Amino acid sequence: MPSDHVPGAEKVRFDRVTKRFGDQTVLDGLDLTVAPGERVTLIGPSGSGKTTILRLLMTLERVTDGVVHVDGEPFSHMPSGPGGALVPADERHLAPRRRRIGMVFQQFNLFPHMSVLANVVEAPRHVLGLDGDEAAARARDLLGLVGLADKEDAHPTRLSGGQQQRVAIARALAMRPELLLLDEVTSALDPELVAEVLDVLRDVADSTDITMLCVTHEMGFARDISDRILMFDGGRVLESGPPERLLDAPEHERTQAFVRSIT
Amino acid sequence: MGGAGSMWDMEAARAALPVVLSGFGITLLATVLGFAVAAVAGLAIALLQRSGGRRLALAVGAPAAFVRSTPVMVQLFAAWVLVPGLDPLVLGVLVLGLHYATYLSEVYRAGIDAVPKGQWEACTALSLPRRRVWRAVVLPQAVRKVLPALGNYAVSLFKETPFLSVITVNEMVHEASAFGSTHFAYLESFTLAAAVFLLASWPTSLLVRRLEARLAQ
Ligand SMILES: Nc1ncnc2c1ncn2[C@@H]1O[C@H](COP(=O)(O)OP(=O)(O)OP(=O)(O)O)[C@@H](O)[C@H]1O
Ligand SMILES: [Mg+2]
Repeated sequence: MPSDHVPGAEKVRFDRVTKRFGDQTVLDGLDLTVAPGERVTLIGPSGSGKTTILRLLMTLERVTDGVVHVDGEPFSHMPSGPGGALVPADERHLAPRRRRIGMVFQQFNLFPHMSVLANVVEAPRHVLGLDGDEAAARARDLLGLVGLADKEDAHPTRLSGGQQQRVAIARALAMRPELLLLDEVTSALDPELVAEVLDVLRDVADSTDITMLCVTHEMGFARDISDRILMFDGGRVLESGPPERLLDAPEHERTQAFVRSIT
Repeated sequence: MGGAGSMWDMEAARAALPVVLSGFGITLLATVLGFAVAAVAGLAIALLQRSGGRRLALAVGAPAAFVRSTPVMVQLFAAWVLVPGLDPLVLGVLVLGLHYATYLSEVYRAGIDAVPKGQWEACTALSLPRRRVWRAVVLPQAVRKVLPALGNYAVSLFKETPFLSVITVNEMVHEASAFGSTHFAYLESFTLAAAVFLLASWPTSLLVRRLEARLAQ
């Protein structure tokens, strides 16, 4: 962990975050805290803003109102002027902080013109500044971890969806993120390929202390890895709790109905 | 030798061939250099328009649109008058190259727009620096998508090199014309020049089409 920030009791904190697209309010004054090393799963109906939360953290979207904090300091905003008032963050503020965050997408988004190894080497090499051998060694380790040691020269388009997604996981891990965002990473896969990807993620969860924020409809997986599950509805947290409580004895009828609909 | 418009004269054709071919060297040179200028300048225009802010986009886009919508022949004459003393071949290559650059910038732009949003987002998620995003991720994919279009423009530029004769470049058609007038053998010399154009651009077009089919897979 970089020494220039104080490790607090929170990895992520949304402070009254509102996100609007046009006149549609997707997140409505959301408060949300994630502890370091915590595994949090977001569930909720389509359009409830789960993806938007991850995209705000990955800086793929900007908040409309409120502040996102990471590692106990403002992330979406930065102090400015003598008073230290918060203004929207510029790229100089975001760049070093964004590096601690990684994301795996539903559609993999691998670089199709690069080999599997090149995909995984790219960021360590050109962001972290590792030399070619170091970056390749790190990439090979990770490809081993995701069970694709023999595919390093293959092109992503030649791989199955499950294999592509495992490469994408290795690629994200190659940056050694402290926070990993997973957005429905098995939703685009044929059913028989889901397990291999979830197994890899279980391994990652077991063998690292990466903070994970995960959107999924795979309740078995969510139950296994989550410390806490959050049920979203209408841009707010409807209820939250450990998996057993939230999945087996939800307080709200909407949660009950939702959980029943996806299991 | 027969006069212009008479039957095909084999002797004249044989004499014209080396002259025409020597002109073909200049034609080829102008094509390669002109296209190199177009490829590089076209990319620069596309990048400035895409990533240089609104004012720069306009400052580059307006002249580009002007050049694109005026005839290359007029531009050649204008440059010839306005920039005296430059070697005609150099001047011709620059004008032809810049003219085509304004087309190629649109081609590049289409290629860049065709790179899926997910690729940009993956780059952000990996914190790749802006330059690296363009160099390693976006441009290789964009150029691959528009390779056939670039090839078609190369053939098209090749076929417009005879315009360079208006500023006295000794390209193939200029040589054919000169031979035709001194030997009264226009039919032979121009037919040969046309044949050389055909022989060079037809296989190139086929190649481009095959490339297109392969990339479409
Ligand atoms: N770039 C955008 N422009 C306009 N509207 C958007 C944009 N991104 C998301 N939305 C809208 O915001 C709402 C929330 O989207 P979001 O993707 O966060 O939902 P979600 O909970 O992830 O849903 P799903 O389960 O379907 O993935 C949706 O109604 C969506 O249409
Ligand atoms: Mg979503």
